Parts: sequence; C-alpha cells; structure tokens
Amino acid sequence: MTSDDALIQVRGLVNRFGSQTVHDGLDLDIRRGEILGVVGGSGTGKSVLLRSIVGLRRPNEGSVSVFGENLLELSAERRSQVERRFGVLFQRGALFTSLNLQENVALPLIEHAGLERRDAEHLARLKLALAGLPANAACKYPDELSGGMVKRAALARALALDPEVLFLDEPTAGLDPIGAAAFDQLILTLRDALGLSVFLVTHDLDTLYTICDRVAVLSRKRVLVADRLEVVEATDDAWIRDYFHGPRGRAAQQAADLQEN
Amino acid sequence: MRARIVGDWTLAHYAALRREVQRLRARIDERSQIELSGLGALDTAGAGLLVELLGPERIAAIEAWAPQLPAERLALLRTVATALDQPDAAEPPRGYEFGDVLAHIGRTVAAVWKQQRALLGFIGLTLQTLLLTLPRPRRWRLTSLAVHIEQTGLDAVPIVALLTFLVGAVVAFLGATVLADFGATIYTVNLVGFSFLREFGVLLAAILLAGRSASAFAAQIGSMKSNEEVDAIRTLGLSPIELLVLPRVLAMLITLPILTFVGMLSGIAGGLVVCVLALDISPTMFFTIMARDIAVSHFLVGLGKAPVFAFIIAVIGCLEGFKVSGSAQSVGEHTTSSVVQAIFMVILLDAIAALFFMEMGW
Repeated sequence: MTSDDALIQVRGLVNRFGSQTVHDGLDLDIRRGEILGVVGGSGTGKSVLLRSIVGLRRPNEGSVSVFGENLLELSAERRSQVERRFGVLFQRGALFTSLNLQENVALPLIEHAGLERRDAEHLARLKLALAGLPANAACKYPDELSGGMVKRAALARALALDPEVLFLDEPTAGLDPIGAAAFDQLILTLRDALGLSVFLVTHDLDTLYTICDRVAVLSRKRVLVADRLEVVEATDDAWIRDYFHGPRGRAAQQAADLQEN
Repeated sequence: MRARIVGDWTLAHYAALRREVQRLRARIDERSQIELSGLGALDTAGAGLLVELLGPERIAAIEAWAPQLPAERLALLRTVATALDQPDAAEPPRGYEFGDVLAHIGRTVAAVWKQQRALLGFIGLTLQTLLLTLPRPRRWRLTSLAVHIEQTGLDAVPIVALLTFLVGAVVAFLGATVLADFGATIYTVNLVGFSFLREFGVLLAAILLAGRSASAFAAQIGSMKSNEEVDAIRTLGLSPIELLVLPRVLAMLITLPILTFVGMLSGIAGGLVVCVLALDISPTMFFTIMARDIAVSHFLVGLGKAPVFAFIIAVIGCLEGFKVSGSAQSVGEHTTSSVVQAIFMVILLDAIAALFFMEMGW
C-alpha cells in the first residue's frame, strides 16, 4: 500500500513564539497512503506542526509543500482547491455551534461538492453514522453532546469530502476504549479503501501500535526519528525509551501482539 | 431482474446517482442478480448509495455473490452497511406556524418573568454575601477590587468626560436656539445646570458603564463559566459570589458616583464653552447664575441615583455571566443581553426616580 512518493514535504521548518523556539529546522515527509503517527511530549509543538502544514500558521522559516505546491504562496482560489483535499479534525472538535450536526457535516458538501441541501444532509447522516453516532444525534447541536460525541461528529465533518489527506489532532483522547478501537478500525478501513494519507497526532499508544505505518517522534525542536515502529522503539534516546518501554508502552505493545496472533 | 453496476460511484456524481437509486430501489429484491464487476471508483458517498440500493443484508453477505471484489472495497462496503444498519431516528415533529408563534410568545413572557425572579434572587444573594464578608476584613479582596476600580472607573474617565462635554454643548445650543425666540438666552445656563446635575450626568455615565462594564463582567464571568472555572471555584470550597461578584459590585459602587461627578462637571463645561463662544455670556456671569439659581439639592438628587444604577448594572452583568452555558456562542448572547438589560433598567429606574422626586418636590 505504502509507496515512497511524498505527498507532503516539510523542510527546515522554524516556528517561534516570541523568544521561544518550538521547531528549529524540522524535516518531515508524509507519503501517499500511509498513516503517520506523530508523538512527542507536551509542548513539543505537535499541534503547531499540524497548523503549519495545513497553512493556518505561517512558519518563521522553512517550507511546507503539499501535493508539490506551497500553500502560502498560492492564490486564494487555488489554495481553496488544495484545502478541499484536506480533512482536519481539531483537538476540541471545532464544530460550528450555531449549526446542528448534520448541517455541520453538510456545509462542505453544499459549498464544495455542489450538492443540494437535501442530498447533502442525507449524505451527512451517512458520514455521522460511519463515525459511530446514533441516528438521533443528527439534529442535535454541539453543546448538547458529550466530548466523545463531538469528536466523532468532527471526524464526520473532516471525512465529508473524502479527503486525500486526513489530519487528526488527538482523535481518540476523550473516547472510551471501545469507541477508540472502533475509531482506529474506521481509519484503517478508509485508508485501505480510499488510499487516504493520515497525519495523526496522538498520545494513545494503542492507536500507535494498531494502525500507524510510521511514527515520527518530535523532540528537541525537530523530528528525532520517523520510521516504522520497530525502528523507532529501538532508537537510543532517553525520552523514546521512557515513552515506549514504560509500563503503558509495554502494555500497549503486548495488546497489539495479542491481536495479531 | 439483473442489475449491472458500472462506472464511478463517487461524491462528484452523488446527486444524479441518488435519484437513480431512489428510482430503482423498489425494483430490486432478494432474487435480483447484481453484478459489480464494472464498478469504477468508489468512495464513502458511493458506498452509502450502494448500501441503500442493495440493502444492508445483501451487503453483509457480499463475499458470497461478489467474490472478485478487492478486500479493501469489501471492508468499506461492510463498514458503511454496519453504520447504516440501525433504526432510523424519528423525524423531529413539524410544528404548525400559528401554534409555534403562540408558544414562542409564551416562552418569551415566561422567560421575562423568570429573569426578573433570578435577578431578585441574585441581588439577595449578593447582599447576603456582602453582609457576611463585611465583618471579616481578612476576606476582603482588595487587589481584585482595585483592579476593577481601575478597569471600570479610571479607564472610563476619558470617554465619560468627552461624551458629557459634547452633550453639554449640544444641550446649550438647543437651549439657545429655542430660548432666543423669547429673548431668554440667559436661561441656557439654568438649562445646562439643571439637566446635568439632575439627569444627564448620572444617566450618561450609567449608560456608558452599562455598555462598557456590564458587558465586560458578563464576558469575563461567562468565559470562566464555560471553561468550568466557576465550578472549580465551588469545588475548592470558595464562593464565586464572594470572589467574582463582590469586587465587581463594590468597584462599580465606588466608581459610578465619581464618574457621575466627572460627567456633571464636564457637561457643564461643555455648556460653558458654548455660552462663552456663541452667546456672549461671560464665565463670571455663568457661575453667578449657577450659584444663585441652582440649589445644591439638584446635585444631590443626581448623585443619589448613582449607587443604585451602579448596583443594578454590576449585578446584571455578573448574573448574565453566570447564566452562560458551555458554548462560546452562549457567552456572546449573554454579553449582549447584559447590555440591553442594564440600559433598560437604568432608564426605567431613572424614569421612576424622576416621578418620585417631582412628587416630593425635591
């Protein structure tokens, strides 16, 4: 499934907030059809990296090329066309509070796919069901929902246009273990069927072990290592050792091994 | 019946495909033979339509009748079928228009009544907390009080002074225009003095603070509420009223009378400038007439209203903040509502006070 052509190339990225440098010469590739897990301690700039790639933040230095183009240099119209090929799930969902769930998901379908409202909402209900929401949730508003349900609805919106690249910022945080496992499975199924590439920021070790093709470790302002999980685990670095070989890391590893056998 | 499914089943063709699916769905039953070999591109939208066309049961058994389908497509179709295979939610009942209008009116009236009760309750709670805190100087929040005095008072001085100055000049011009017909332009002095001491000084300052500080209080407390900070204060065993409301109410009680005084002075200054420049009334004469014709009671009547307005503005701002629920939208709604209510209450109370003072002959 994984081929070596890089869909997204980050080169020499530098991000600063005032005097604090978050990224310093960071390089990262995201390949077509892979699920890339991005891990790192709190405050290592995982979300900032995501925002830089999708063009929400202008990096201080360095370049980000997406589908071979630099988002920040494109004209507004061209940029919107490229952004249509993204699906982004924000950490706290970022659902529009004034719209109910099916309207939230139908919005990109109406605006970009040119569907009529009736068709768009019909399709939106399918996407919500795919994300694991019950049918009666479609007409609810975001503030009537629990955190986990907001996450699912936000995933449904991110998937609305069947994007080529899916950016997920801690998707399984706040989900119960059953929901998180179903979430992982859904991502895997969609990747296999649609050839999605997934950029996944997560702290969930189970997710890392179950679905990620490659794992990138952010530490000391750059990507320490980005490779298959076995290679990452074997990397000689104190933080990586603590992360993957601490009690939680070992448990997740065993669980993943059990699943495979 | 035999059906061959060909071509791209993707989002780009969704509208056309959905119409076909609705047309054909009734004609496909268990005995129909389906051929999927010509299927082109397939995404979740197309998969959803296929499931609708063929039914979840047939898709669940898809391996039996379409073994040539690649594994990832099988998985996609199955996932979509499982997702769709749940009871449809009942459509939300459609209201009928006349009834909805009536219900809306009813709800609004009930909400007004509930709001007034909540406001009275909140005033009671605030006063009770104030009385409980007063004898215990250790629990006075002096830092917080000072911050709010600066934000609501000191920072508002320029805008209050400028605005009342301009209104003072306008009132003087109006008076001069009307009174000139009677050859009584000299009474412009009395007009400016009376109106600013009794009404405009306090009213303009109060309306400005209602717009400036009631909204700020509602937004500050509202965003704390939506961030669960207020709940955190409660679970720490502290009183949100004591921590958040009292410093704001006390700050307003201190600053509004001072701002009222500033407003009176600068309104009279505005009138004075117009009198000197346009009406040839010298400053000496202006102040002589003021001292002769305008009793100090008018000043006291004006100033006496300031603490009442201050209290109601602060309490409304804080109460609206506490009424915020969860979303960011709710913060905005309650902030707006706090300004509207505060200005409404200020003008209402002012009208009642004007009647009362007139009857009393003060």
